[in-house]
Amino acid sequence: MPTISLTDIRLFLLRIVRPLDPFLLIITLAIMACTYLVMLSASPERMGAHLTNVVVALTVMWIVAAQPPQRLNNFALPLYVLGVLLLIGVALFGDVSKGARRWLDLKVMRIQPSELMKIAMPLMLAWYFQKREGSLKVRDFLVAMLLLVVPVGLIAKQPDLGTAILVLGAGFFVIFFAGLSWKLIIPTGLIGIIGIVAVIAYQSEICAPQVKWPGLHDYQKHRICTLLDPSTDPLGKGFHTIQSTIAVGSGGFLGKGWRNGTQTHLDFLPERHTDFILAVISEEFGLAGVLIISILYCLLIARGLMIANNASNLFARLLAGSVTMIFFTYAFVNMGMVSGILPVVGVPLPMVSYGGTALVTLCLGIGILMSIRQSRRRR
Amino acid sequence: MELKAPEQELSRFRARVAAAAVFVLVGFGLIVARFVYLQIVRYEYYATRAEENRISLLPIVPNRGLITDRNGVVLTRNYSAYTLEITPSKVRNLEDTIDELSEFIDIQPKDRKRFKKLLEESKNFESLPIRTRLSDEEVARFIARRYKFPGVDIKARLFRQYPFGELASHAIGYIGRINQKEMAKIEDDEDLAANYRGTEHIGKTGLEQSYEKELHGVTGFEQVEVDASGRAVRSLARTPPIPGNNLQLTMDAELQRIAEQAFGTRRGSLVAIEPGTGGILALVSTPRFDPNLFVDGITPDNWDVLNTSLDKPMINRAINGAYPPGSTFKPFMAMGALVTGKRSATYAISDPGYFVFGNNTFRDDKVGGHGMVDMVKSIIVSCDTYYYTLANEMGIDLISDFMGKLGFGSRTGIDIEGESTGVLPSQAWKKKRFKKAEQQKWYAGETISIGIGQGYNAYTPLQLAHATATLAAGGIMFKPHIVKYVVDTQSGQRRMIEPTPVADLGFKPEHLEIIRKGMVGVNIYGTGARAFAGVKYEVAGKTGTAQVFSLKGGKYKEGEINERLRDHALYIAYAPANDPKIAVAVLVENGGFGAAAAAPIARQVLDYYLLGIKPAGAAPEDAEADPEDSHAHD
Repeated sequence: MPTISLTDIRLFLLRIVRPLDPFLLIITLAIMACTYLVMLSASPERMGAHLTNVVVALTVMWIVAAQPPQRLNNFALPLYVLGVLLLIGVALFGDVSKGARRWLDLKVMRIQPSELMKIAMPLMLAWYFQKREGSLKVRDFLVAMLLLVVPVGLIAKQPDLGTAILVLGAGFFVIFFAGLSWKLIIPTGLIGIIGIVAVIAYQSEICAPQVKWPGLHDYQKHRICTLLDPSTDPLGKGFHTIQSTIAVGSGGFLGKGWRNGTQTHLDFLPERHTDFILAVISEEFGLAGVLIISILYCLLIARGLMIANNASNLFARLLAGSVTMIFFTYAFVNMGMVSGILPVVGVPLPMVSYGGTALVTLCLGIGILMSIRQSRRRR
Repeated sequence: MELKAPEQELSRFRARVAAAAVFVLVGFGLIVARFVYLQIVRYEYYATRAEENRISLLPIVPNRGLITDRNGVVLTRNYSAYTLEITPSKVRNLEDTIDELSEFIDIQPKDRKRFKKLLEESKNFESLPIRTRLSDEEVARFIARRYKFPGVDIKARLFRQYPFGELASHAIGYIGRINQKEMAKIEDDEDLAANYRGTEHIGKTGLEQSYEKELHGVTGFEQVEVDASGRAVRSLARTPPIPGNNLQLTMDAELQRIAEQAFGTRRGSLVAIEPGTGGILALVSTPRFDPNLFVDGITPDNWDVLNTSLDKPMINRAINGAYPPGSTFKPFMAMGALVTGKRSATYAISDPGYFVFGNNTFRDDKVGGHGMVDMVKSIIVSCDTYYYTLANEMGIDLISDFMGKLGFGSRTGIDIEGESTGVLPSQAWKKKRFKKAEQQKWYAGETISIGIGQGYNAYTPLQLAHATATLAAGGIMFKPHIVKYVVDTQSGQRRMIEPTPVADLGFKPEHLEIIRKGMVGVNIYGTGARAFAGVKYEVAGKTGTAQVFSLKGGKYKEGEINERLRDHALYIAYAPANDPKIAVAVLVENGGFGAAAAAPIARQVLDYYLLGIKPAGAAPEDAEADPEDSHAHD
């Protein structure tokens, strides 16, 4: 009969703990602790479901963290191809809900393939650049952009602007880290900024009801127009932005106190446990709460970039860099949305907003970062 | 070269990581700047907006004051009832909604019509009653289905009720829903607007209108926390409303009832005043109307009936009807002669039965005349010739000057709004009244018929009663008023409406005595003798018959002429003659002779007021059952 010695237990625990990066883990748990506090105020009835999601997500994180990056490499192409095929499937046979075709009914389960692309996209592009390592040409960037634009286009067409932005961001950062010329980035960025300024300046002309925007649905135009001037639709689409801004502003520096947010608890704030959970934090914990959350994200991103910096090969570097930047895109778009400077596009606050799919995807991302850090240290 | 490539690539990657780090910092910097702007710079603004979201001031409408007669008989009261109300702006299809509601709540076509009328008069966001006085069962049936009817709700409201229905309807008046014109007036005054938040009804006529300020009370407020759907979550603070003051009237409800019943189906008016205070004891205008019809908004059918009736029941004849006083004018003329010294009491004329002035002959109603007539006899027998000559001697300006002092031709100042002035003819009046120079001129011949209360003379029954009361009070004129006390419902304190003497006309007792003698004689030997046969007290009175339609030449025959063209019957009186407790003026439209039509009505009123004798065979008019007991659907 084998006896279990103390050493055995120690070895066993080490096996469990070894793949985990303590720094990333602590930040992740810190963010989740904040979430716990906020969820208890905003939507205590969902606490059970939320904790289940957390357990599932952390398990996924641990499993992925325990994999060597090479295995992730093998998944890249099949995952991407599967994702694109499913997206085409959605476009052809998808279920329509709330005016958007996002779900695919596989009889056993309904899936949202666009969510898969958030991870499949950076994997694919990192894999592609890895393959082309050493002989990188302009042509390769064009191919990478094509690989990026096709799924993003399919997702935007559903329409799901939020996810399209996230996938586009994830893919773009791979290309960016791969060394896309500044000569291309800077003009594009400038054109973008000029475009936004022009839209704001000519707001009343382009938002006139008879004007059709090429490539965008009416509801998307509406979202952007109400962002520019929420008062044009105070009870409709503008309601979210107006009430969210009031919640944020009325929080002041220290907030109204936990569970004392009037905007939150009297139902003025829409989607308070999902996309607008930051408004709850802002209202109940004030600017102080916002700063704490922002600092936690900055630390997470800093650690992620550090891991990318020290990664062993190009694939790992690009993957770590772009996965890290996914967190930034998520946080930036959500915070901008809640504070009324970006349109309401349905992007959750990473690892805080209620919702299992996004939480699992993000923890999977953390797992990838941990896996990459692990492979570096082993050398 | 081969070795250098990865090195170069690595350093470029690190540069990109650094760029990304800068990008992230700038991004978060922007976000944090935005939050600092919202939460620090604009904090006050957004904090206020959040409070405005959260806190709502709900008005608490005060109970409207009650009106009781001088003996405490309740003439108006409030009852609470459930109403089914629709807010049109929240309902997609009104017709469909009402149809669906009518499947389990009794909604009559008249309810729909009334709702339609309210809808036209109101703003869209108001909630309007489709059915009032729901039964408990109907309330339960609706509550079970409430979720299917957004914009439809049941409200418990206080309703005004006039338990005696038509009794004193013109004096008391009625309340109705505030219309847009009234709303505009209320909103002009900030305090008033605040006090009327939540109030839906306002006094429209009568005392309900003129004492609106006392009856309404002060609206209370409840500060409540509301959620996004506007539902009150909890109460934060409460300022209770102050109920409206009650009114206790000088009017005697029983006297009023007897007077109204005495008119039967005839049109007319009666005003009884307490001489020496100006308190109104009865104020009758017939036909009457039921003020209860107006409270929840009158149905178009009912309104048509009231509005198009030839009898014009909505007109308050007592203050808005202007009638020539006929011979009831004579005692005042006689008093004028004495006061101005134009004739002494003993001066007598020989009456041939007519008076010739220029080319015109003015007839007395007695062919052959009354013989020798002095002042007392002129009143007793109602001698026209005496007054034709008197008027001619006094001249129009002296007459109008004296009558003006008695209140003829000007508003008495009674505490009901909208009183008419009537017409006190004078040279100045005619000049103002007509446009052509030829018409503006006063002809001496026109003065003659003024002397017998005809011609341009036109006074309200109130003015006539008011002048009679002044005469009864020895020339001291009091402002007429229906309200005796304003009662504070909380402290129970009563504020008396003091009798206000507005003028002392300085009548000499010996002059008053002559007029009194004449007027007392009227009811003993004269035109009022039949009506006052066997009376137990001394009555000073005067009959009158006023021409509506002047017949050139021929003699007037009552039966042969269209009812509406018949003469108006009038009667004035005060009693007891030596110590007057009541002065009264009666008018029966197209009633014929005053002695026959008007004097008996006055007799019933005086008999009851002075002796407590009720007329035989009069059915008591009971108060309606309290609607709270019956829940009857009207």
